[in-house]
Amino acid sequence: MNTSRRMQYLKAVSVSAYIVFLLLPIYWLLNMSFKNNQEILSTFTLWPTDFTLDNYITIFTDPSWYSGYINSLIYVLMNTVIAVSVALPAAYAFSRYRFVGDKHLFFWLLTNRMAPPAVFVLPFFQLYSAFGLIDTHIAVALAHCLFNVPLAVWILEGFMSGVPREIDETAYIDGYSFPRFFLRIFTSLISSGIGVAAFFCFMFSWVELLIARTLTVTDAKPISAVMTRTVSASGLDWGVLAAAGILTIIPGALVIYFVRNHIAKGFALGRV
Amino acid sequence: MKTQNNKAWLMVVPVLLLVALSAIIPLMTVVNYSVQDTFGNNEFFWVGTEWFQEILQSERFHNALLRTLLFSGLILAIEIPLGIAIALAMPRGGVWVSVCLVLMALPLLIPWNVVGTIWQVFGRVDIGLLGHGLASVGIDYNYTQNTFDAWATLIIMDVWHWTSLVVLLCYSGLVAIPEVFYQAARIDGASRWSVFRYIQLPKIKRVLLIAVLLRFMDSFMIYTEPFVVTGGGPGNATTFLSIDLVQMAVGQFDLGPAAAMSLIYFLVILLLCWVFYTVMTSHDNETHEGVHRAGGRP
Repeated sequence: MNTSRRMQYLKAVSVSAYIVFLLLPIYWLLNMSFKNNQEILSTFTLWPTDFTLDNYITIFTDPSWYSGYINSLIYVLMNTVIAVSVALPAAYAFSRYRFVGDKHLFFWLLTNRMAPPAVFVLPFFQLYSAFGLIDTHIAVALAHCLFNVPLAVWILEGFMSGVPREIDETAYIDGYSFPRFFLRIFTSLISSGIGVAAFFCFMFSWVELLIARTLTVTDAKPISAVMTRTVSASGLDWGVLAAAGILTIIPGALVIYFVRNHIAKGFALGRV
Repeated sequence: MKTQNNKAWLMVVPVLLLVALSAIIPLMTVVNYSVQDTFGNNEFFWVGTEWFQEILQSERFHNALLRTLLFSGLILAIEIPLGIAIALAMPRGGVWVSVCLVLMALPLLIPWNVVGTIWQVFGRVDIGLLGHGLASVGIDYNYTQNTFDAWATLIIMDVWHWTSLVVLLCYSGLVAIPEVFYQAARIDGASRWSVFRYIQLPKIKRVLLIAVLLRFMDSFMIYTEPFVVTGGGPGNATTFLSIDLVQMAVGQFDLGPAAAMSLIYFLVILLLCWVFYTVMTSHDNETHEGVHRAGGRP
């Protein structure tokens, strides 16, 4: 019994150490965001001695800063809606039917997840220029479908295969038409799958910078690109930079909080 | 049993159209450039496989490829065992699970250039906690000048950023193991190691495969974080394939070589993913046979 007690202790310590390691850099950014630039550069303190909210006020009052957040949220949400709604019927087809070329198609879809974004930067720019879509939110949302649609299909297919086929058949016998069955019954059965798929689409679209930066100029510029520009232009205002960084963490943290139970369940059920 | 129904194609059409727009057309553009040269004015002429030969023989490409392979190798060697170990040590129930999961998932949802910025700041000797801490205990640490420090910073950053994904995947695999397996092991008096080796590891094999594949792909494609932290330097010490490619395509506007390099890069990823997949699943079959053989013994 003594060794197992020690084992428990060791486990708790190692998990805590890992979490401390994860939080330390974030803490440092948070710490910096409450200092003014002079304090950051002149003194080295573990917490702000001259606590200030100026950096956050700068961001919330300057349109070139806060419009970056709005732009990011707009295209991320557009991308999530497009990717999940397009992936739903396809995933149903893959999980329920055999059809000509199904396996090849599925594998080909997944290979798109393996395509380096760096490869697509230039062709994307030319393609969306040709359609006159540069600097619009929909261009970024569509471009991010490159890696999010395959992922959404993959996740949803896993969840749908977990729902017994008998449910479909019973519904048809009860006189449900396919669209009504799909929207009324089936989507509620795989709601946690939809949640997990939406979470991953949100995540990968929110964190991507290279493509989003290439396809936007000013009107749809994402917050992460606004940050890089300001770093090079205005002589490194570390405090504002740190505050902007902290604010990019918040939407992600909220999303994780809302889906935390689905994630554990989703990982176990689906094929994520 | 799935039913044969070719009308199912209709449900796949939206995905196909969308992915055609965002994958096939751009990829065809790349293929198109890779076999042509231009003097500007939108005049192109056919050069065949010239660019491919040039890239495959260039020292610059070999070095970038080796650096990327080394980086991915180190990342997998650290993150996979560490991720499994943390997942094994996670609490199995109660409030702490939610707390751990939320805190661990945090780095996954930070935009990649912000990850870069966080570590760029964190490692600086003048204003960063890590850099300042190391300097104050007398370690000469400078990631913008010293190759080893630059590599160490990038690797620790990636471990910080992505190990949680491995943890989440493995943890979900572990909680799905029914309690009876552990009871059986206890009756047999199995050691901790054999519980891990013969129950837990085989049961999480599927999610582990996904973790290895995802980590491999993403570390092989890494661009934003090293670009922000080191910018490919010092010298070319951390110029990975993606950084090199963007430099060539957008910086120097060498469309032909960049396109040829893109295709080679993509093929390398596909090939290595296929190798990982085949190796890990073939081992799966062997252990199944092993169990059968062991079970058949009197």
